[in-house]
Amino acid sequence: MSLPSGVERRAIDGRERLATRGEPVYGEPVADGWRAWDPGRSKLAAMLERGLDVGLAPGATVLYLGAAAGTTVSHVADVAGPVYAVEFAARPVRDLVRVAEGRRNVVPLYADARDPERYAHVVEAGVDLLVQDVATRGQAAVAAANRRFLAGDGRLALAVKARSEDVTAAPTAVFDRVVDELAADFEVLETASREPDHRDHLAVVARPRR
Amino acid sequence: MSEGGWFADLDPDDVAGAAAAIRDGRADAPADWPALAVEAGFAPDAATYYDRLNAAAVRAAREAAGEAERAPDQQLVHAVRAMEDCARTANELAERVAEWAGAVYGEAGTGVDFAREVAAREPGTPVEACVVGLAGRVAGLADERDALRAFVEREAPAVAPNLSAMAGPVLAARLVSLAGSLQALARKPSGTLQVLGAEDALFAHLRGHASSPKHGVIFTHEYVRGTPPAQRGSAARALAGKLTLAARVDYYSGERKPELDAALDERIARIRARGPS
Repeated sequence: MSLPSGVERRAIDGRERLATRGEPVYGEPVADGWRAWDPGRSKLAAMLERGLDVGLAPGATVLYLGAAAGTTVSHVADVAGPVYAVEFAARPVRDLVRVAEGRRNVVPLYADARDPERYAHVVEAGVDLLVQDVATRGQAAVAAANRRFLAGDGRLALAVKARSEDVTAAPTAVFDRVVDELAADFEVLETASREPDHRDHLAVVARPRR
Repeated sequence: MSEGGWFADLDPDDVAGAAAAIRDGRADAPADWPALAVEAGFAPDAATYYDRLNAAAVRAAREAAGEAERAPDQQLVHAVRAMEDCARTANELAERVAEWAGAVYGEAGTGVDFAREVAAREPGTPVEACVVGLAGRVAGLADERDALRAFVEREAPAVAPNLSAMAGPVLAARLVSLAGSLQALARKPSGTLQVLGAEDALFAHLRGHASSPKHGVIFTHEYVRGTPPAQRGSAARALAGKLTLAARVDYYSGERKPELDAALDERIARIRARGPS
């Protein structure tokens, strides 16, 4: 799978790196207006590096759950259309707001992804890409609750964090369970283990069942 | 059904009202809000709609997250963490001062008190100037630690009156800090509060190669530390149970209830009276 248009491999700091085009925000290396997008820091970048087809495309509408300080969101916003960025912790929202001030297509939402009624009056229906990277138990349930935003042909790009689900079980057992639960609402298209960049993580790309 | 959208009944120029609508609103299901907003005359086109949404959402998120960050319990969390940082750093530097000053002046002292003594000296050589200067930093950090402790002791009873009365202000602040907020602490079961601060031991236990920890930071409480080891587990469980109640009363009502402390005193007295079994 080739990279989505808007994401390119560029020579930055003397090596080929994933990059998007836009204003720098967090001190990332830049060359010719292209900002390095580090797969070691961004799980979505790691998915792209791995060749997963996450459904990121120019102009796409994105709902991003677990936006944190907005570093990955800023790269997504370089490529996509409107990006609704949900984050539940107050401290990182301060940084996320700064990203949204420089990128008018980012809509920061200080809300709990487990409670989508609190942002369904803002986030539009028919989202093309649902990115989920939340550190909570019940990650499959969060995806199911947010399925209502996804277009019928939309994509879910999910980073499953085994440690948030159950610290005592083996990560592979946790992944199996989450993928099982996910199957009620989604058809899983691809999965990839995230070693070595993100230990104890599984990347899942899925689409909603009809 | 545009009345379900955040922009319903809003003047397009009223950013404050729009931010409030984003913060307080809700809907069961999303809709094609940009098209509905244009249809309802809130924005002439989708591009303008997104601009207005961005401005309103930025303001709403900044306000709501700012309020959460400036809440009094969060100041208590920062203060007790800063107090611990100052104490740890002062002790660490005091060891360096003790070694160096011991060599330079040929005497053996230890700790922050010795550093204060050294800090008061008149240096006669460049090396002594270094030692005295460093000792001055130790004294300053120790003073800062004391000032922060005074703030915690004053603030904790205002933020969590029952928890502070039962645990003492510093332990109360530590518990709030470990949970992240008073709300988070109030929502924890008492078994979790009992082992807050003993996460390493707890996870070792959960992975199956250690016994379960009996207490976390509540060990510093006289009711745990002062109870004989055989009954310490019971004492820690009883204390955690009452502290959990206190945290809930503090979060949900904020009213002082002295009968909570009395119930705890009685429980502990009974546990201690059991004697070694």
